[in-house]
Amino acid sequence: MRCRNIKTLDMEPLARIENELKKCVKCGACRAHCPVFSVLGREPVSARGKIALARGVMTGTVPLDARTRADMSKCLLCGRCVEKCANDVPTDLIVLAAREVLARKRGLTPLSRMIRLLFGSRKLMNGCALLANVALPLLFRRIPASSGLRLRFPFRFFSRRRIPAMPRRPFLDRHPEVTEGRPDRPRVAYFIGCMTNFMYPQIGEAALGLLKELGCTVIIPKDQQCCGFPAISGGDFETFRFLAEKNLAALEKCSADVIVTACASCGGAFHRLYPRVLGERIPGLASRCEALAEKTVDAAVLLQRFGFEPSADGSGSCQRVFYHDPCHLRNRSVVREPRQLLRSLPGLELVDTERAASCCGLGGTFNYYHYNTSMEVNAGRLAAIADSKADTVATGCPGCMMQIADGLSRGRSGIRVRHLLEILAEKSPGNR
Amino acid sequence: MLKMHIIKELKAIVGREHVAVERQDLVCYGYDATQMEFLPDAVVFPADSGEISRIMTLANRERMPVFPRGAGSGFSGGSLPKGGGIVLVTTRMNRILRIDTENMIAVVEPGVVTGDLQNAVEKLGLFYPPDPASLNFSTLGGNVAECAGGPRAVKYGVTKDFVLGLEVVLPCGEIITTGGETFKGVVGYDLTKLLCGSEGTLGIITRIVLRLLPLPETRKTMLAMFESIDGAASAVAAIIRARIIPATLEFMDHSAIACVEGQFRLGMPGNARAALLVELDGDRELVERQAADIGVLISPLGLIEFRAAADAAEAEVLWKARRLISPALRKVNPDKINEDIVVPRSRIPDIIRRIDEIRETYDIPIVNFGHAGDGNIHVNIMIDRSMPGQAEKADRAVRDIFRAALDRGGSMSGEHGVGLSKAPYITMELTPAQIGAMKAIKKALDPNNILNPGKIFPE
Repeated sequence: MRCRNIKTLDMEPLARIENELKKCVKCGACRAHCPVFSVLGREPVSARGKIALARGVMTGTVPLDARTRADMSKCLLCGRCVEKCANDVPTDLIVLAAREVLARKRGLTPLSRMIRLLFGSRKLMNGCALLANVALPLLFRRIPASSGLRLRFPFRFFSRRRIPAMPRRPFLDRHPEVTEGRPDRPRVAYFIGCMTNFMYPQIGEAALGLLKELGCTVIIPKDQQCCGFPAISGGDFETFRFLAEKNLAALEKCSADVIVTACASCGGAFHRLYPRVLGERIPGLASRCEALAEKTVDAAVLLQRFGFEPSADGSGSCQRVFYHDPCHLRNRSVVREPRQLLRSLPGLELVDTERAASCCGLGGTFNYYHYNTSMEVNAGRLAAIADSKADTVATGCPGCMMQIADGLSRGRSGIRVRHLLEILAEKSPGNR
Repeated sequence: MLKMHIIKELKAIVGREHVAVERQDLVCYGYDATQMEFLPDAVVFPADSGEISRIMTLANRERMPVFPRGAGSGFSGGSLPKGGGIVLVTTRMNRILRIDTENMIAVVEPGVVTGDLQNAVEKLGLFYPPDPASLNFSTLGGNVAECAGGPRAVKYGVTKDFVLGLEVVLPCGEIITTGGETFKGVVGYDLTKLLCGSEGTLGIITRIVLRLLPLPETRKTMLAMFESIDGAASAVAAIIRARIIPATLEFMDHSAIACVEGQFRLGMPGNARAALLVELDGDRELVERQAADIGVLISPLGLIEFRAAADAAEAEVLWKARRLISPALRKVNPDKINEDIVVPRSRIPDIIRRIDEIRETYDIPIVNFGHAGDGNIHVNIMIDRSMPGQAEKADRAVRDIFRAALDRGGSMSGEHGVGLSKAPYITMELTPAQIGAMKAIKKALDPNNILNPGKIFPE
C-alpha cells in the first residue's frame, strides 16, 4: 500500500525538517502532556503518533488522505509536547509542515480558503466586520449579556460556539497612528491582532491607555495585518508569508524601540513561527524575522519592566482573580510578570494556578474542526476555575478569553473573563 | 490482512468505535521506545476482562496472534506486533477501582498511568514507590508485565514487590484471579509472581491489587562528585554499611558527566570522574541526621564536591545533570542502544572499567549511568546506523557487555525485559534446561502460541 505519484516538491515542507523528525525516539513522554491526547486517548493524536505519521507520509507508507488530514488537525499547537520533550523535537513545526503537505496535495480546506480570502485583505475584513455589525445580530441568536458573550453562530459547524458581539468600529480605525509620549521613554509599536481589533477592542484601549500612562510614544501601524497564525495553521504558507512580509514592513517602518503584543498567539507567531517557519525557509527574511522576534515583547513584560504602578485605591470590579496561562505565553516563559502585576494591585487576591497550568482548548482552527474535543479540554480549566472560587479569570490572550467565556457561559457561575490589561487599566491612576 | 468476518466479530465484541484498522492506526500501534516497527492487522480497545476473554477465544479459533499493549513505552519491544495480528490496547481500562486506606492497598485496572495512581494515593498520605522513568505515561499493566524498576528500587524494591494479586485473562480465554488482597497467602503456586515480568506472554492482566506504604514525611536530595568511580562505589558501600538505605542512589560515570557537561556546561568540576545522587526519605529528624552522617562518611573518599538541597527547587537543580543525560546523548550519535545490565552493587567499579575497555576495543561512544544502589547500569551505546559497520560493531559490544555482567554474577536486564531486543542473547544467561522449563509453562497455558508470540525466546 504505497502511495505513488507524490511529487517530491509537495513533500518539501517535511523534507526540509527531516532531521527534526528523526530526533523523536518514540519514548512516549508526550502522552503525559498533550491536552488532546488526554481527551481522545488514541496514539495517532499524540505527538509521537503524529511524527510517526509524518514519517510515514514521507516514506509513502501513510497515504495523504482525509484520515491523515483529520489526525494532523487534532493538534492545538499549544507546544506542551515541545516544552516537555527530552530530545527537543519541535512537534508544532512538524504538524504545520504536515498540514502544508496535505494542503499542497489535497488543496486548502474550505476554512483555510476562507481565511486566505478574508485575512489576506484588511479591506475585505473591515467590510465584513462592518457587515457583521449590522447583519449578525439579526442572524445570530442572542444569549444573556452577563456571560460577556452575546452571539451564537447560526451555522451548522459553529452552531454551539458563542462569541462576543462585534464592536461598532474596529480598534484600528479609532486612533491616530502615532501618539507622542515623553522623549525619555521608549517608542513602542503596538501590534494588535485580529481578535482584539474586531472582537475585543477594549483590550486595545486598555493597552493604549497603559502605554500612554507610562509616557511611551505609541505607534499603531495602520497597515499591520493578521499575524498569519490562522493561515499557517491550515498549511497555507503563501498567505502566511504574504501577511508576514507586510507585517515585517509595517513594523520595521515605525523604527520603534520595542514591539508590543497583548495577544499571546500573535506574540507566539512572531517569536517562533516567523523565524522557524518563514526565516529558515526564505533566506532573505531570516535576519528580519529574527530581529522582529527579538524586539517583540508581551505587554505584561513591558509593563513590569517599565514599572507599572497601580492607584492605591483598592476598589474595583474584581476581588479574587484566577490567572490562566495562555500556552503561547508560557512557551515563551512569560509566567512571572502577569502574576507580579496582578499581585501589585491593592484589594485584589490572586489565586495561584501556575502548577496546574493547562491549555484552554481553543487552538485556533482546531476548535472549528473539533469543537467537542475543544470544549472537553476546556472543561479541565473550568473545573480548576470553579475550585478556585474566583470571581474573575484574567489571561493574556483574547483567544483564551473567548474559549473560557464560552465554557463559563454554559454554567451560572457569573465569573467574568477579562484580559489582564483590562484589569490593570481599571486600576491605573490615569483612569481615576 | 485479517478476514472481514474476524473484524466484524471483533467489532461485535468491543463495539465498532473500539476496533481500528486504518493504516494510520496500524502505524501508530506498531512501535514502542525501541523504535522497532511492525504493522498489526487490527487494533482493539476492550473495556473489560469479559471482552478480552471473548477476543482470546476468537483468537484461538482463528489462530490469530494477540499482542497486549499499554502505553507502548517499553524498551525491549514487548508489545510489538511482530509478524502481524491484533494489538490489544488496555488504555480504556484506566480506572482506579479502590484505594483502601485501612488495608493500605489499591485496586486498579491495567491502563491506569503509574503517576496518576501515585498522585491519587499520595493525596491520602499513602505511597506507591516503584518509579520507572516513564511513570508519567507508562501504565501499571505494562509495569507489572515487565516488572518495572526505577531509582527507588534500592530501598523499596521493584513492581513485583508491590503486587498482591491479579485478575488475568489466560491465553485460551479463561479469566482467573491470582493472589488476593492479603499480604499472606500460600495456597497453590504463586502465579502472581510468575505473571510479574512475564512480558504479556502468559496472560493479559485486567486488574491489579497493589500494596501501599505510608507516605514518607520528607525527602532530601544530595549530590556528590568524586575523583574516581571507586570513590563513588566506596561511598555507596560506606552508606549501606552505616545501615542507611537511601530511597535512591543514582550514579553517572565519567562518560555521562563528560557527555552532559560537553553539551550543557553545567559547571560540574572538570576532574569529576563519578557523580552520586543520593535521596533520603522518611521522618524529618532521621533524614537530617542521616544526611549529616553521609556527609561525614563520604568526605575521605576522594570527594570533590558535596551539595545538599534545602528544598524541592534546589533538589531539582541537583537532578538536572541526571535528567539532561538523555538529550545530551542524542547529540553524540543519532541511534541509541539502551541496555540495562545489573551486577551486585560492589562490582560496579569493576564493570565500569570493563566497559571502558570495550569502548576502546570497538571505538564507539558508550555512556553509563544508573542505579548505584541496586547495581543496575544503563549502558548506552551510541551509534549511527546509517554508517556501514556500526550496527555490527554495536552488536559485538553488546555481547561483550552482557558477558561481563554475567561473569560478575549479574544479569543482562534489570528492568527492561527481554522482549524482542534481547531474545537473541538469552542463551548467554539461561541454560537449555531453564529455557525448557519456561517454554513448558508457556506451552501449557498457550498451546496455540497466540499470546504475544516471538518474545523472550529466540526463534
